Amino acid sequence: MRRLNPSLVAGGVIVGIIVLMALVSFIWTPYDATFVDPSIRLAKPSWEHWFGTDKFGRDVLSQIMVGSRTTLFVGVVAVGVAAVIGVPLGILAAMVRRWPSEFIMRANDLVLAFPALLLAIMFGAVFGASTLTAMIAIGIASVPSFARVIRSGALQVMRTEYVLAARAAGRQPWPIAVRHVLPNVTSLITVQASVSFAIAVLAEAALSFLGFGTPPPTPSWGRMLQESQEFLFSAPRLAIFPGVAIAIAVLGFNLLGDGLRDRFDPKLEDRR
Amino acid sequence: MSDVLTVQGLTVTVRDKTLVSEVDLTVGPGERVGLIGESGSGKSLTALSVLGLLPEDVVASGSVRLTGVDHDLIGADERRMSRVRGRELAMVFQEPMTALNPTMRIGDQIAEAMLIHRTRPGRGAARSAALELLERVQLPSDLMRAYPHQLSGGQRQRIVLALALANDPALLICDEPSTALDVTVQALVLDLIVKGVVARSSALLFITHDLAVVATVCERVLVMYGGRVVESGPVGEVFTNPRHRYTQGLLAASDLDTADRRLPTIRGNVPAAGQFPSGCVFRTRCPHATDICAGTPEWTGPVADGFACHHPAEPVSSPRLPAGGAHA
Repeated sequence: MRRLNPSLVAGGVIVGIIVLMALVSFIWTPYDATFVDPSIRLAKPSWEHWFGTDKFGRDVLSQIMVGSRTTLFVGVVAVGVAAVIGVPLGILAAMVRRWPSEFIMRANDLVLAFPALLLAIMFGAVFGASTLTAMIAIGIASVPSFARVIRSGALQVMRTEYVLAARAAGRQPWPIAVRHVLPNVTSLITVQASVSFAIAVLAEAALSFLGFGTPPPTPSWGRMLQESQEFLFSAPRLAIFPGVAIAIAVLGFNLLGDGLRDRFDPKLEDRR
Repeated sequence: MSDVLTVQGLTVTVRDKTLVSEVDLTVGPGERVGLIGESGSGKSLTALSVLGLLPEDVVASGSVRLTGVDHDLIGADERRMSRVRGRELAMVFQEPMTALNPTMRIGDQIAEAMLIHRTRPGRGAARSAALELLERVQLPSDLMRAYPHQLSGGQRQRIVLALALANDPALLICDEPSTALDVTVQALVLDLIVKGVVARSSALLFITHDLAVVATVCERVLVMYGGRVVESGPVGEVFTNPRHRYTQGLLAASDLDTADRRLPTIRGNVPAAGQFPSGCVFRTRCPHATDICAGTPEWTGPVADGFACHHPAEPVSSPRLPAGGAHA
């Protein structure tokens, strides 16, 4: 068994905790995350309310826990959209002749040049602000990075002798794509997915902060941050808890991505 | 019986450079033909042209006919070629370490070779046929579930051979199949190749730069230099009585019976692809070259046994002229 690298372990643990928190929140939270109790507005952290309460008297810890569901949902949808479109596009671009490939990649650049948040805000304006529309928009904006990474990986696979051998054995192009190219770029897909996951989490927080993401009353880390604005000096903890949660989640997925990359790419490991 | 493979006037170009020009070659049924030459002489390109697997901007022209296939292989579309490849025509590549898909089990890869062409009725039949093939190449049956990285180079090359022979091809092309292996494994792999083609009465086109290997495996040999076939004939005749000056130099450089003197070499280097001289391609390195070598030498003798040289070596079995000997 190879020694596990620290970023893979740290990333895995952080992501694991977030997933666990989301799962636990389905069956138990300290309080109902949406229960309003005006008698305890802006309570300081205490044994009853570990992270205190917000301006409506809602329990902050419960909101953070329930909010992690939004965060994961966001990541899964955005990465799913990006992978389902980006991976086939990247493989296609690697397999077709030069000019169609150029066309795909230049169209890809066009989407890449378009700011992701702007796209999400446009989607929100047209289809109505919801977590799902925001995430589909973020997903579409993440397609180009998937397509690029997968294309370069697929180009390498296409140059290998086993693809030549598969062609020499009479395999047609599409079965080669599915049987030979796709399985050999799965490590790239995994790495890119965890990096895109981090970007999506951050994007959802930003959109919710701007009011284009998750609408109330569903708890979301980004919106908690926005609601804490007016108390930034009187009760900074209201900004600190969701802010730290976002930062840790992004860090966790990035570390996981780095760790996976090191693990899958032995050449990088040798260099250290 | 007609020839299994007939190549006529095969020319391979990339942009304005000619890499292979006017190659004629035939392989008879069950015949084992060697194709020898230095790196860059166009051996592998010739093989890839036959399979239609040249890179995108490399273009082949001429004619390649295979017995049992009713169309020319040059210019055939991918769909038609994919029916021929792996079925009538199979190939073993040089590098066994990369010729197998690292994400697929060995058994699945061999079975797949048969399922592509539906030469076995179903997955079960293909698997039992794969097991039998594994046995034929002297590998244990528990390798069926192994992944390529668990195997050594020699084992992998035997798997690649099993894959190539799975559909009993009319012609097997081997491109330096033993070059990447160590000597003991080499002998085993070569033996398995010969046994495999003999058992199926398949023809063999064997590409190598190793003259000793050609001598053990092949019955007939073609010598390539600078993208042209410069000499051809039965192995025994070409090796004992070379006519083309390049063949002569190649044999002298491989002669290990040189205890008391330096190993003779062919002076100079193989020119870069597409940079060969006009006329006789060997004239810039040939000790016998004269002015008439600027003209393309005519082919002397039948296609299967002849040479193309303005100053051929004497057809005698007495001791050869010393290299660099008196000539004009």
